[in-house]
Amino acid sequence: MMAKQLVQKAFVTFGALALMSSMLIAMGPVTPAGAAFTYQAKHAGGTVHLLASTAGGTLDPQVNYTLQYWQLYQATYDGLVSFEKVSGQSSFNVVPDLAVAMPTVTNAGKTYTFKLRTGIKFSNGKAVTVKDVLASFQRIFKVSNPNAGTWYNDIVGGPACVTTPATCTLKGGVVVNTSTNSVVVNLIKSDSEFLDQLAVPFGSILPASTPGKDQGDVPIPGTGAYTFSKYNVNTGLTMKRNPYFKVWSAAAQPKGYPDTIEETFGETVESEVTSVENNQANWIFDPLPTDRLQQISTKYASQLHVNPLTADWYVPMNVNLAPFNNVKARQALNYAINKNDVVNLYGGTKLGQPTCTILPPGFPGYKSFCAYNSTSSSTYKGPDLAKAKALVKASGTAGDKVGIVVTNDPVNLAVGQYIQSVLNSIGYKATVKPLSANIQFTYIQNTKNKVQISVSQWYQDYPAASDFLNVLLSCSNFHPASDNSINISGYCNKTISAKMQAAEALELTNPAQANTMWGAIDQQIMTTDAPWVPLFNPKLTDFVSKGTGNYQFSKQFYMYVDQLWVK
Amino acid sequence: MAAFGLLVVVVTACLLAPVYAHHIAHENPFTSNLNGTIRLGNKTVNVLQANTQGLGLGVTPIGPTWHFSTYFLGADSQGRDVFARLLYGGRTSLFIGFISAVICCVIASVLGLASGYFGGAVDWLISRIFDIVWAFPIYLLAISLSVVLLTSGLNIAFIHIQAGSLVLPILIIAAVFVPYVGRPIRGLVMSLKEREFIQAAIGAGASDFHILRKEILPNVMPSIIVFFPLMVAFNMLTESALSFLSIGVQPPAASWGTIINDGLDLLYTRPWVAMAPGIMIVITAGALNVLGDGFRDAFDPKAKLRGSI
Repeated sequence: MMAKQLVQKAFVTFGALALMSSMLIAMGPVTPAGAAFTYQAKHAGGTVHLLASTAGGTLDPQVNYTLQYWQLYQATYDGLVSFEKVSGQSSFNVVPDLAVAMPTVTNAGKTYTFKLRTGIKFSNGKAVTVKDVLASFQRIFKVSNPNAGTWYNDIVGGPACVTTPATCTLKGGVVVNTSTNSVVVNLIKSDSEFLDQLAVPFGSILPASTPGKDQGDVPIPGTGAYTFSKYNVNTGLTMKRNPYFKVWSAAAQPKGYPDTIEETFGETVESEVTSVENNQANWIFDPLPTDRLQQISTKYASQLHVNPLTADWYVPMNVNLAPFNNVKARQALNYAINKNDVVNLYGGTKLGQPTCTILPPGFPGYKSFCAYNSTSSSTYKGPDLAKAKALVKASGTAGDKVGIVVTNDPVNLAVGQYIQSVLNSIGYKATVKPLSANIQFTYIQNTKNKVQISVSQWYQDYPAASDFLNVLLSCSNFHPASDNSINISGYCNKTISAKMQAAEALELTNPAQANTMWGAIDQQIMTTDAPWVPLFNPKLTDFVSKGTGNYQFSKQFYMYVDQLWVK
Repeated sequence: MAAFGLLVVVVTACLLAPVYAHHIAHENPFTSNLNGTIRLGNKTVNVLQANTQGLGLGVTPIGPTWHFSTYFLGADSQGRDVFARLLYGGRTSLFIGFISAVICCVIASVLGLASGYFGGAVDWLISRIFDIVWAFPIYLLAISLSVVLLTSGLNIAFIHIQAGSLVLPILIIAAVFVPYVGRPIRGLVMSLKEREFIQAAIGAGASDFHILRKEILPNVMPSIIVFFPLMVAFNMLTESALSFLSIGVQPPAASWGTIINDGLDLLYTRPWVAMAPGIMIVITAGALNVLGDGFRDAFDPKAKLRGSI
């Protein structure tokens, strides 16, 4: 998931951890990482006030692809399965949600049989039935979900639905039985990540009566502990308790604490920070301004939470345009950029970790290596400008003009200016082209715009190596002349794409060997073709107000807004 | 005279920017210096300094050292010497302000003279062009032109100006201010045209070109001279505004506007990055304004109107 706003990162020292822990303990009992949340009624009630500089777009959970709202959807919508609502590594686990249990998988991994829970109601009072499940699967295609053609087209009938969404039936793909309350999903081919893909908000079960088009700012009833009661893209949104909600699985959908959750839009980030400092708001969504980090991390250390993310900041180079259609030019930039410098622009070594790999550390398949380094080492040591200049000279591209397209927020712009300085120093004539964050991400994907190089970020959708390697660098995700071509480099190595498919297939039977394959693919891409310059893995900072308790963090969807205490 | 002296000091200091950067500060103000160090007394100090307190988050550029030889006003977020960039930025801002004022005054004078002297269809056409340009708020027009031209450059017939070239902001700023100079000149010419000495020249059979060059232009010139320093100040302010919005001078080049923009995200910890160019703009614009007033007083001591920026 591309979530550009999520620009901050941090690292916590042992001392700081101890300090934070002691402060949190003082504010109330904390559920141990990995354990289901234990509800404490004495903390129920009140209003959690969140701040974000802008709205996150449509409120439709089957369309919206932003972290800002995916974070809120955890408390408002459910799928047949969902990611476990716990803190720590277990938050990557997929658990049954509206389904009674995890599905029975048969037919060589191609058939998933779910049994729907009974007695659950949407926030409009209507009972959830298997017809709603079928309609929700169909609606994924009818609303042209961003991943309909890459994730969900594995369902039988999916390809036809991608071609003609309006008449999508998924006949033979999703079969429901009203008498047994069962849902059978048939896939064209086995897919080890299918349950992950159902557990994200795109897989939310919505009322069958929901229109088959993007609902924009109209809230859709859900089954979660809360329901959206108001949404105005200019001013804010409000979530109230779902009057029909009863806990059926605390691991899937726990009861929340506040009676109301409000998110207000429109303030500057500086103003948001001041509001939280003054206890006028509980949390801000936006990355903390780098200028305020020192003050916050010193004066408000106990209110600051720092979590590593499975995410990349990277520089995609267009392998089909000069000068980066020359592998030596791409390798040169990999040698030239000092990733420690980039980390400093982001806020320092405690907020980001330089990286040489596409897969983030701790991710399935991750293997530490560094192909472009000042010294031979598996971890990043520094740049080698001499090698970079020699490669530029050997490539015959010296003197070429290079345009760097970045978003116009301070950190991205600073990184762009740094890369411009580096490119100029190794022989190119570079310019920076800042664009609004609203358009930069799609602009750099479209080959019509002839973008040579850009700065981008990728945050995991779910914990699988393919979510980075296959999504971002396979031939199937390069769509020339389209705004929806997430393979920004335009990189297509058929041999490597075939290996990716083999690794995906192997995940079903031998995950360990599959992960070894993914690690090797990562290494091969960077060593032989170098379509990216991986920059660093960011960490996330959450700044909460003094009166806010029970901070809980999911590695999948980040802070649980509904678990915050304001009483 | 004091304003002129102040202006001379500012211009001279800015012209000496390369001398300061290369021979005194020994810094390249256009390249990032994120891992650089400097000597302060007996200590070696990082240009970007990691926070060591609390959770230790954040990296802050070094603040003003107040040592003329090194990072006098501190560093910006790219680790560049702010004082060196301030001097280079002044060169750019003044250059753009001066050149665009020249272009603006020349074009406005030609159009104003033609419009006021020939009247009729010529006056109607030129006046309507002035009206159209004047109909737009000046900054809105400048921003619109900048956004379009700075992404694609200017490509009309044989004219090809690349995006990012300094020529673009110069032309844009010159163009948007033409009516502001052209209209008063037109009015002045229309008034002069009715005077006896012009009627005498016409009666004597002098050519239009001769009358414009020998009779009218010398009488209009004092007004143009009064306008000129004011336009330099106006244009410099416009350039700073456009650069502050990232649609004027493009990085890594510096102007006072771009430096203020750079300093915007350092206001909390390093306010001098934004304040220093702001102060320079105030001083320079103020000096030019007073200079313009001085010129007017010299050419027309009885004038009642007093202009201001």
